[in-house]
Amino acid sequence: MAQQILERYIDGASSIHALDARVKLVLAVTTIVCASLLPAGSWLALLALTALVWATIIASSVGLLLILRRALVALPFLAVVVTIVFSVPGQPVFTVPLGFVTLTATDAGLLRFFTIVWKSWVSVQVALILTATTHFFDILRALGALHLPKIMVALLSFMYRYLFVLADEAQQLLRARDCRSAALDGRGGGSVWWRAKVTGQLVGTLFLRAFERSERIYVAMLARGYTGELRSLNARPLHPSDLRFGLGGALVLVLITLQAFLG
Amino acid sequence: MLDLLERALVLALHIPDGFLSASVSALFWVLTLVCVTFAVRRTNKVLDDRQVPLMGVMAACIFAAQMLNFPVAGGTSGHVLGGALAAIVLGPAAGILVMTCVVALQALLFQDGGIVVMGANIFNMGVLTTLLGGAVFAGLLRLIGRQSKGLVIAGFAAAWVSVMAAAALTALQLIASGTAQPQVVLGAMLGVHSLIGVGEGLITAAALSFLLATRPDVLPAAVTDVLSGNARPVAKGQVLIGGLAIAALLLLLAPFASAAPDGLERVALDLGFIDGGRGPGAASPAGVLSDYTVPGLAGGISTILAGLVGVLIVVALGYGLAILLRRRSAARSNRSVPSSR
Amino acid sequence: MTIMAAEPTTEHVYERQAISVHLRDTSFAYPDGREALHGINLTIGAGEKVALVGPNGAGKSTLLLHLNGVLGALDGHVSIAGTPVTRATLRQIRALVGLVFQDPDDQLFSPTVFDDVAFGPLHMGLPEAEVRQRVAHALAQVGMSGYESRMPHHMSLGQRKRVAVATVLSMAPAVLALDEPSAGLDPRARRGLIELLQTLPQTLLVSTHDLRMVVEVFPRTIILAEGRVAHDGPTDQILANAALLAEHGLELV
Ligand SMILES: Nc1ncnc2c1ncn2[C@@H]1O[C@H](COP(=O)(O)OP(=O)(O)O)[C@@H](O)[C@H]1O
Ligand SMILES: [Mg+2]
Repeated sequence: MAQQILERYIDGASSIHALDARVKLVLAVTTIVCASLLPAGSWLALLALTALVWATIIASSVGLLLILRRALVALPFLAVVVTIVFSVPGQPVFTVPLGFVTLTATDAGLLRFFTIVWKSWVSVQVALILTATTHFFDILRALGALHLPKIMVALLSFMYRYLFVLADEAQQLLRARDCRSAALDGRGGGSVWWRAKVTGQLVGTLFLRAFERSERIYVAMLARGYTGELRSLNARPLHPSDLRFGLGGALVLVLITLQAFLG
Repeated sequence: MLDLLERALVLALHIPDGFLSASVSALFWVLTLVCVTFAVRRTNKVLDDRQVPLMGVMAACIFAAQMLNFPVAGGTSGHVLGGALAAIVLGPAAGILVMTCVVALQALLFQDGGIVVMGANIFNMGVLTTLLGGAVFAGLLRLIGRQSKGLVIAGFAAAWVSVMAAAALTALQLIASGTAQPQVVLGAMLGVHSLIGVGEGLITAAALSFLLATRPDVLPAAVTDVLSGNARPVAKGQVLIGGLAIAALLLLLAPFASAAPDGLERVALDLGFIDGGRGPGAASPAGVLSDYTVPGLAGGISTILAGLVGVLIVVALGYGLAILLRRRSAARSNRSVPSSR
Repeated sequence: MTIMAAEPTTEHVYERQAISVHLRDTSFAYPDGREALHGINLTIGAGEKVALVGPNGAGKSTLLLHLNGVLGALDGHVSIAGTPVTRATLRQIRALVGLVFQDPDDQLFSPTVFDDVAFGPLHMGLPEAEVRQRVAHALAQVGMSGYESRMPHHMSLGQRKRVAVATVLSMAPAVLALDEPSAGLDPRARRGLIELLQTLPQTLLVSTHDLRMVVEVFPRTIILAEGRVAHDGPTDQILANAALLAEHGLELV
């Protein structure tokens, strides 16, 4: 049940799905780094990045609309940045009367605001297309191959594995609580304090279950020869065509970024 | 799916890509790498091989615990971020690693928080909350001593302070990046999070007293010892460090605690970065919001400075208190044989 | 009708046959003081298929955990294929005894089926090619070839139980110890499990409440009660003894 919400991978047979996870990861991060380096008002570069990202999304056949819908995830943060429209000095463009205060939007403020929004929007789409076309365990392997410390890779794998189990347990706990509190008093209420306390107990219960599960897992690991050292198979060498794709992609990204600074 | 408003509140600390400048992102990647490397070393040194599954499952548990919420009013609800709880129950080093995993996975898998800005997000939600939460908890618990109220009060305060500090640092990062108007973002972030922090504090305190009542053995020996009066007498140095930490904390948060954060403004004014509100945006009569303009770069530097000083103080004190907490991880590692029903 | 006395299988039966599992006067108490096993004596020959039955809390899981030294004093009271289970032999013993836990979510702790089945061979220090070959073979044995890159949370309980068995088969153990393998399975998955158990060549010690499975798979049954061997003998005799079944709360549903 939790897995329908938590699963982000979308199965497919596209060349984007088939691309080596290491190449995908490096290219995705490079794209986001490039976007974050762009100065305000680099519309041409942003347009080029967006075109690249959309081409990738279309090639992956996961559906542009789906990605765009999921990309709304960063929306709440706009409330924070919208303030710079009125605070960056520049030529007044329009005013917003708000009772006692009148806010004046400036051209420089608008320029910076739209740059940030666009950068953020492109970056989120890049991250989305990466997770939609790459199994998370492949991302983890790629991180290991790129020398993330072993212990972090191991922790992330355990976390990913038990995300689904514990999210299910959390939902069961919530449902049980809601049944009980509805039975206790028709409004499903109690004071806020009481509700907070019950929720804290649920958190405690979940914590205990997780703790006990980790001990059982530890025993299961011991039983299969774990002695404290984690081993993994060596990563396979990069396929030359994947390598070429990665280098080509990185070159294009660097050129786009350079254009924004030089052009 | 979580309802959108709830998400917005949870997300308020998960900065997306594009919202921090490259230099702020880089700075916090460096700070985060230093702290996480330190935590990895510490965990490797403990040499308790059950730590790996424990921390991995705990990271999943914190993630799932963030789904547990309670309705407050007007469609909002209370949640837990879990940084302080993780630090209290697992110790600072394991707490940092667990929270790092939570933040990293949320960004990689669910785009809750960006990738280039992940260093900052990990620092705010994974390093700052755990070090500060753990430190405030240990300090207060020792001050209040053996009454069982101590656990509740210390847990609440640790969780509330950790959320406020994370919110303050998030706001500072946005200001330093020139992506938000300083007064508004500080006021809004701290205002909203002083309430979110209450939810965090209540849940954390309730979870801790639940654990104390049902399975006190999962709590670190340092905590149960204090509560049962078995703790060694508090050394003067420890009281000093604890007191200093709390004082520094108040110092750090005081300027932000009021709705109009004029402390930061004063710093910027004194340093000559703000020209007293004579910018072109100052067209409105009442001018609460618009008489205050920060020339982009200069304001950025002033807030970077203020932010850095704050961060350094917090990290230094957190580190000092981490030493204080060291005994707890040693005590954890010689617990009983695994249970396996 | 008189109740058949508990009659431990005597060792001379095994004189010409290799002894696979041997417990001599084994007792165990959990750290909280709870005594779970009292003076267990038990001998199982190579290739024997033995069911371990008894009510909840009888000590079945505790006994199984003794087989590869996860629990126990490691003082040589337990031996596997002639090797006493001690601290020094622990690595060897863990390769000899494959232990499968009741909840596959505890057993399958890796993100993918491949990683999980490879965990044992990898930690035995086998070379990569051999690891891959063993994973393929173990998955084929449980009928789960082709599931290598599947994730446990995408599989049914029956499939996860099969993979759980594969995670120890890949270590090529001489003894398989399974804890309540058929619990919670639907009839089809249970049938598949029974067929799998019938084909496995290893020595099997399986704790269960499923007496109909016991009839089909296990010629010998041990009844455990309050940490003691209450009865040990051929399955058909035990199941024919209504009084004995009633005494231990066993039901042939
Ligand atoms: N980790 C543990 N700590 C303390 N007592 C335990 C633990 N595990 C099991 N026990 C106790 O040991 C006895 C035997 O348990 P167990 O071997 O799990 O029985 P079974 O598997 O037959 O149901 C029970 O009384 C149980 O409560
Ligand atoms: Mg059992």
